Amino acid sequence: MPSYSFVLNGKPVTVEAPSDMPLLWVLRDMLEVTGPKYGCGVGVCRACTSHLDGEDVQPCVVPVADCAGREVTTIEGLADGDELHPVQRAWLDRDVAQCGFCQPGQIMAAAALLKKTTHPTDADIDRIENVCRCGTYCRIREAIKKAAAQG
Amino acid sequence: MARQLSRRKFVVYSLAASTLTVAAPLGCDATTAEGAEAAASALRRPSDVLVTGTDEEMLVLEVTKANKVVVRLPRVEVGQGVTTAVAMMIAEELDARLADVDIPLADARTKGNQFTGGSSSVSSLYGPARELAALARAKLVTAAARRWRLPARTLKTRNTKVVAPDGRSATFGSLTASAARITRPAVSSRPKPASKHRVIGKATTRIDARDIVMGKAVYAGDLTVAGAKPTVVARPPTLGGKAVSVDSRAARAMPGVHAVVEIAGGVAVVADTFHHAFTARDALRITWAPGPLAPLSDAAIRSRLRAAVPRLGTPPRGSTQTEAEFEFAFVSHAPMEVLTAVADVRATRAEIWFSSQTPMYARDDIASAIGLPESKVKVHVVRGGGSFGRRLNHDAAIEAALISKAARRPVKLMWSRADDLQHGRMRPASHHRIRASHARGRVVAFTHAMASVTEAFEAQGSSAQGLSAQGTAEGPGQGLAQGLVTRTAARAAGPLPSGSGLYNFGRVSGDSGSVELAMPLGAWRSVDSGTMRTAEEIVVDEVARSLGKDPVAFRRTTLRNKAVKAVLDKVADAAHWGRTLPAGHAQGVAVHEEYGSRVACLVEIDAADPENPRVTKVVMAADVGTAVNPRGLEAQLMGAAIDGISTVLRAGLHIDEGAVRESSYADFAYARQRHAPLRFEAHIMPSRREPGGAGELGVPAAAGAVANAYARATGTRPRRFPLNF
Repeated sequence: MPSYSFVLNGKPVTVEAPSDMPLLWVLRDMLEVTGPKYGCGVGVCRACTSHLDGEDVQPCVVPVADCAGREVTTIEGLADGDELHPVQRAWLDRDVAQCGFCQPGQIMAAAALLKKTTHPTDADIDRIENVCRCGTYCRIREAIKKAAAQG
Repeated sequence: MARQLSRRKFVVYSLAASTLTVAAPLGCDATTAEGAEAAASALRRPSDVLVTGTDEEMLVLEVTKANKVVVRLPRVEVGQGVTTAVAMMIAEELDARLADVDIPLADARTKGNQFTGGSSSVSSLYGPARELAALARAKLVTAAARRWRLPARTLKTRNTKVVAPDGRSATFGSLTASAARITRPAVSSRPKPASKHRVIGKATTRIDARDIVMGKAVYAGDLTVAGAKPTVVARPPTLGGKAVSVDSRAARAMPGVHAVVEIAGGVAVVADTFHHAFTARDALRITWAPGPLAPLSDAAIRSRLRAAVPRLGTPPRGSTQTEAEFEFAFVSHAPMEVLTAVADVRATRAEIWFSSQTPMYARDDIASAIGLPESKVKVHVVRGGGSFGRRLNHDAAIEAALISKAARRPVKLMWSRADDLQHGRMRPASHHRIRASHARGRVVAFTHAMASVTEAFEAQGSSAQGLSAQGTAEGPGQGLAQGLVTRTAARAAGPLPSGSGLYNFGRVSGDSGSVELAMPLGAWRSVDSGTMRTAEEIVVDEVARSLGKDPVAFRRTTLRNKAVKAVLDKVADAAHWGRTLPAGHAQGVAVHEEYGSRVACLVEIDAADPENPRVTKVVMAADVGTAVNPRGLEAQLMGAAIDGISTVLRAGLHIDEGAVRESSYADFAYARQRHAPLRFEAHIMPSRREPGGAGELGVPAAAGAVANAYARATGTRPRRFPLNF
């Protein structure tokens, strides 16, 4: 069984897994990191959205082999200890979540967007593909703008 | 619909315990269940009687020594915010900090009302929860008064403490043991009048919001139950297809595979991880026999539905007719969290963890499926990642139990998204024929005949199980569950457009037919109103047009109920009804009344490209009686708006030769951020009435408003939904 080492939420980890095993199941079933959610398994609902070297990716379609030697950040690693990331704070302020299942992915997508585009336009926000079946989109938009305003 | 909750229905009693523990009976919902009055009488006991027992049939409140107020809730949290609303009711009456109130979900019980549905949770809990907390407060105050030898009436409560005039304070936790021994409180144990409310009615952030944003909220798939291995099922390409032959040798030989078992719905693989389970599933060589619907596609289903619509009667003599026919496609519930259940079935007992709106029925059905007595089956209710009615049924939990039994080990079953869309439940397709007869500028008769697909049970295997929420099970609380589901028949046969006669449309009538097909169906948020009332609101606009009247003005003069007119006026005013918009843009409006509540929705749409319309703005107004958490109510209206946008413009399921075409959110086109309005406003009407229902309320108004806006923007008459499909 091949072995892969990467940095997960700031800590080095090594897993023995098939090279084509999606990162999502490595995280959830081997490392008990359950913040990233399964919603489709084909990279379209984006409930699992996490960061690979700071870029947003969908771990359900990223083979673990592609993560070797790189930095993986999940929702669990976004806050600095108890100090929430500005996007998480904005999410609380706007009380975005309903069922909450897609929100780790939404937050990671928003954090990645804000890293690239500090003041996203409505058109930038419209390009976020993450599905929210509860329909929290309007509050997501407000929260992203609030997080942007607070830098 | 507003019902007065009389105090005697909620006689609260105390449980013998070493900590303060009080309980309120939680019977059937008085608005829907016949005999609720009798049940309440039977449960009536003096409030100072100590009873030992469990929390069966009760809403139970415990104050722990650690200063937490714990209420095990016989409902499920699926995002609708019921745990936050109940925590607010408890915090209000106890003067506890919201952070000190914990609302865990109760395991399946054997008696009482443990039904989450029909938008009934807040209205059914509002009385008992407040009575309960008010009695607990009175006992805590009395205990403090005795400790300090002060008159109880001089003491106050705040921040989960009792406070004396001299500044002394004691936490509830420090008083709980002595409060448990208080039989006759020295202060009133009645809930506060609404004028004193400081928590109820205040916009409040969800109590689980922080856990959610940190990724700590736990759903069934996140549970670690000892030895429960990831499990998936290979399913047939067609609905109800059956495995004719299975060659599992290659799959069994793969690393990490623990078991392969055949079940009614397909072939299950139990493995070390979901990756191993999916890989082995794909290595199964299965020959499938097509299911019973194999020759059937959408066109044939549509024509059978059209043929099943009862004939409209003869219109009043001398009247002019506005007639329209509407078709609605099947729609998946598609909650973000796919169906997931952890099951540990042993020879003499079983334990199941999953998200259920009907855990009591689930336990009974699981027990019967695996051949154990109900008393040996424990069902733990887990928060759900969305539901929209999907978790009224417990197909996946039964399946997980059967797999665990066959594999002789605990399993964590997860349906894939393709499983969910292609073999999950759906809102039935329907066909509607509506005729408004008008004479001398008035509607003198209104008739609505419809037909929808109904589920044929006998042709199905395991997917026919888990249906007790649709009225097949006997047992306590069934009045509620049946009330939800049989409403279709009751409403279709009764006066329309709504049970109370929403509009002053003269003679109102309706009739319904059905086409029975072996496909998995289920109640979808707002149930039949989501199609019936949407279609009716479109006809109301078309009648207004044929009478040369403005849609808002026409509704204002024909609506019967002042409260409905008030929400209509609110949105018309707030959204500047009639304002000038660019070509291809338009406003649309619709109203709805149900669950003791009223709502209006006004949308603006940009349909300059009719195949790619964008709802740019949504303004809603709701009168739900007392809005316990206005922020939660706004969220429910927002979600309903997105449901309306999705089901009218984009999202549905196609049936191709007995199979569902869609397999993920790539083709099940539920709205994404770029389809959501750029602006959303919710106006909540002030009210001192008891709370009505709100979770499903907004769907028909939103769907109707979107369709009406699209019609006005494009000059078309929308007839088949979703429009871009």
